Amino acid sequence: MNLTLKVWRQKNKKVNGKLETYQVAGISEDMSFLEMFDVLNERLVSEGTEPIAFDHDCREGICGMCSMYINGQPHGPLQGVTTCQLHMRSFKDGDTIVVEPWRAVAFPVIKDLVVDRSSFDRIIASGGFISVNTGNAQDGNSLPIPKDDADKAFMAAACIGCGACVSACKNASAMLFVSAKVSQLALLPQGQPERQDRAMKMVAQMDAEGFGTCTNTGACAAECPKEISLENIARLNREYLGASLGSTN
Amino acid sequence: MSNKLDAKIPEGPIADKWTKYRSTVPLVNPANKRSLEIIVVGTGLAGASAAATLAEMGYKVKAFCFQDSPRRAHSIAAQGGINAAKNYQNDGDSVYRLFYDTIKGGDYRSREGNVHRLAEVSGSIIDQCVAQGVPFAREYGGLLSNRSFGGTQVQRTFYAAGQTGQQLLLGAYSGLERQVGIGNVTMYTRHEMLDVVTIDGKARGIIAKNLVTGELERHFGHSVLLCTGGYGNVFYLSTNAMGSNVTAAWKAHKKGANFANPCYTQIHPTCIPVSGDHQSKLTLMSESLRNDGRIWVPKKQNDTRLGNDIPEEERDYYLERRYPAFGNLVPRDIASRAAKERCDAGYGVGASKMAVYLDYAYAIERYGKIEANKKNMHNASKEEISEMGKAVVKEKYGNLFDMYKQITGEDPYELPMRIYPAVHYTMGGLWVDYNLMTNVPGLYALGEANFSDHGANRLGASALMQGLADGYFVIPYTIGSYLSSEIRTKAISTDHPAFAEAEKAVRERINKLLNIKGKQSPESFHKRLGKIMWDKCGMARSEKGLKEAIAEIQALKNEFWSDVRILGDADEFNPELDKAGRVADFIELGELMCVDALNRNESCGGHFREEYQTEEGEALRDDENFMYVAAWEYEGESKWNLNPEPLIYENIKIAQRSYK
Ligand SMILES: Cc1cc2nc3c(=O)[nH]c(=O)nc-3n(C[C@H](O)[C@H](O)[C@H](O)COP(=O)(O)OP(=O)(O)OC[C@H]3O[C@@H](n4cnc5c(N)ncnc54)[C@H](O)[C@@H]3O)c2cc1C
Ligand code: SF4
Ligand code: FES
Repeated sequence: MNLTLKVWRQKNKKVNGKLETYQVAGISEDMSFLEMFDVLNERLVSEGTEPIAFDHDCREGICGMCSMYINGQPHGPLQGVTTCQLHMRSFKDGDTIVVEPWRAVAFPVIKDLVVDRSSFDRIIASGGFISVNTGNAQDGNSLPIPKDDADKAFMAAACIGCGACVSACKNASAMLFVSAKVSQLALLPQGQPERQDRAMKMVAQMDAEGFGTCTNTGACAAECPKEISLENIARLNREYLGASLGSTN
Repeated sequence: MSNKLDAKIPEGPIADKWTKYRSTVPLVNPANKRSLEIIVVGTGLAGASAAATLAEMGYKVKAFCFQDSPRRAHSIAAQGGINAAKNYQNDGDSVYRLFYDTIKGGDYRSREGNVHRLAEVSGSIIDQCVAQGVPFAREYGGLLSNRSFGGTQVQRTFYAAGQTGQQLLLGAYSGLERQVGIGNVTMYTRHEMLDVVTIDGKARGIIAKNLVTGELERHFGHSVLLCTGGYGNVFYLSTNAMGSNVTAAWKAHKKGANFANPCYTQIHPTCIPVSGDHQSKLTLMSESLRNDGRIWVPKKQNDTRLGNDIPEEERDYYLERRYPAFGNLVPRDIASRAAKERCDAGYGVGASKMAVYLDYAYAIERYGKIEANKKNMHNASKEEISEMGKAVVKEKYGNLFDMYKQITGEDPYELPMRIYPAVHYTMGGLWVDYNLMTNVPGLYALGEANFSDHGANRLGASALMQGLADGYFVIPYTIGSYLSSEIRTKAISTDHPAFAEAEKAVRERINKLLNIKGKQSPESFHKRLGKIMWDKCGMARSEKGLKEAIAEIQALKNEFWSDVRILGDADEFNPELDKAGRVADFIELGELMCVDALNRNESCGGHFREEYQTEEGEALRDDENFMYVAAWEYEGESKWNLNPEPLIYENIKIAQRSYK
């Protein structure tokens, strides 16, 4: 198929960027969206134009590195799929596709489609863990965990830290990301001792990084490639409220 | 045989070696730890666990990764699970059995001492991960669930759906970030190590490139740990992440570190077949699928019917036929070769004919019936059984089935999956002793980057185990034996001439690459290298092919250095430039792999030389002449010296590996 691509080009953080138009021809349906970019980039190199920079690594939908805002949707039109797992069979011959980077104050553009998401690491560093040193652990089976709780924790833990939720949100809020980690650990017995402290610290760091506030529009969960549920946000709100009121449940 | 390399395996009975060693290894007191600096390059399972643990112990740690976050290391993609000799299933597992399975699985080409230690610490890994909040799969009673992997007859694999690597890495990452928050680890993301700095023969730091700004940085450390993963991407197409590369290990090799068994590569039997020239990587379908899926091809050659239309009696379940004792769960090297054999003989399926079926129809029916019994539905219809069976399969393997569907456009709940072997893992790597130290004092290698524990073939679910064993439970002890003698070494200024020289060399190479201004992209060279490697140093190798490959690689190298085209500048974010540097290193590694494969005149594990096979087509080892680790020392362009380290088996009786 033949397509028209409008891609955000920006040399670096300091200069302004703009959309450039490229025609691509001979794209097969079996290609992934990123393989289509590979084809375009090979051509750009042969024409002496700098290839388009974009983040990617696993190309299996699990590392969370790929991050394209495609026709107004993070990770493109398919539900529950990352950019790298989006295939060209989701598009039609003759389509025009607009590709931009994530947009958020807390995710500054580095180059073209590549943004800086180190704010997510700092949120985890502020409290997204259980404080257990290596060697401190007791036997794994000494702590039975109801399957249902374990499954729910797992569903929350499936977050890949891609940032699509932030990019989908009109306020650029990181609530879905933060709530996924808070929920995972709050659902497990191991996470109980630091539960309240964790919620407080992670929310404080999220605010400090310049993410917006959550106004419950739900755009985040609708675009999340791992289908992280809004229930997690509700849980985070309870945890946070509980913590700030000093209750102990 | 010359014996230049000392593996430093402790004396004593196998079961006591590690315990005794651990309780006698010199310690570093807490005050001294605070003034000792450790550089950890790579923050996958091995690096993140090592960095977090060493920081908890009080060392000052600097950690590096090339992705934008440590959470994205290639370990994240591991699917199926992690082994541990817990014997929770009461099926006869033990430390000895895991030890034995691993040595046998590796086709008797790994060290007894290392492997036994690995089996010993395996249980603590699970405990540690559970304590961190890793949500492993559980049974209804709340206890941990297990499944089987290839090459074993017990259930010792712990898992978190098909996302085990993700959950383990996020656990290790959370431990690492906790130390970053406290200030014990300084984390450098989007940084690539481009050289090791040695002073008086000891590793004392690295040169790293800030990938965002292009700046070269000098970092000092009392020791340097390379946890930089495997080199499967030398084949261009592999199941590895796009960024996985050999650069860090290769730079260390050129600074004197021996590279061991480079030709031992693992071809994984169950991957989604190549669909066209545009293909940028291959996707694994986890080995755990062989627990329940059955592999077959039509009994008739060039059968063009769809899988579902071929009746039962016209299917050849060739693994079950050839290896009745292990069936579909034979080790990877054997399953891969058997698939290749069937396809080469004209029994392949799908449009390309280079695929075999992995079929879930039988498992869906079996699970459906179990569910019906559980629910007391004695008259369940075929459809009901199938629905219930699909639900069980979905819970166990849902994400893998989704991925298959996403990539191929076919529904694996309804049609058998098409699979074919693909490059997956590299058993070879930097040579290390029992302490995980390379032959360069102070320079260590952990995880897939070292060669240590898997011999000529790794068993499934053992890489995660080894990476975390190295990082959580081995290096924290063994590093003491070196650092305890370094407590008087003050931090060395990075103005030292050795740092200046190393930085200069790195800069010159970058400029050289940029100034070639040729016509071909780094990507195109990578593809061509991959093709040479896959055709001549892949699943089957021969003297003739390897000799041709060496000549072709040398020619490719010349062409690369005279015709590569890299756009953009050195002082900016420039992924093309980074890629070019990695491809240049892969080309050199490719040559060494062929040299090693040519030297090893036997077949063992993942290394199959066509000249050396039994009548039934099984790998034929030559224990008399090749029971050694081939450690290669760099001696200049296209020149290596072989330092063999003999392998000594005191506990396990060497036999021809049989899974029949
Ligand atoms: C698809 C897939 C599925 C798998 N499934 C399983 C499984 O189920 N069970 C199992 O046991 N094993 C599995 N494996 C194997 C296993 O995942 C890997 O062997 C293991 O995760 C490697 O971990 P590591 O820490 O050694 O390296 P990696 O996770 O590869 O990490 C390498 C690190 O080094 C960094 N790095 C590399 N070079 C440089 C440099 N020059 N400068 C700075 N940083 C650098 C990277 O940024 C990264 O942080 C699987 C592998 C694949 C490909
Ligand atoms: S919550 Fe979803 S969208 Fe947000 S970072 Fe996690 S996986 Fe990405
Ligand atoms: S590249 Fe890893 S999730 Fe897309």
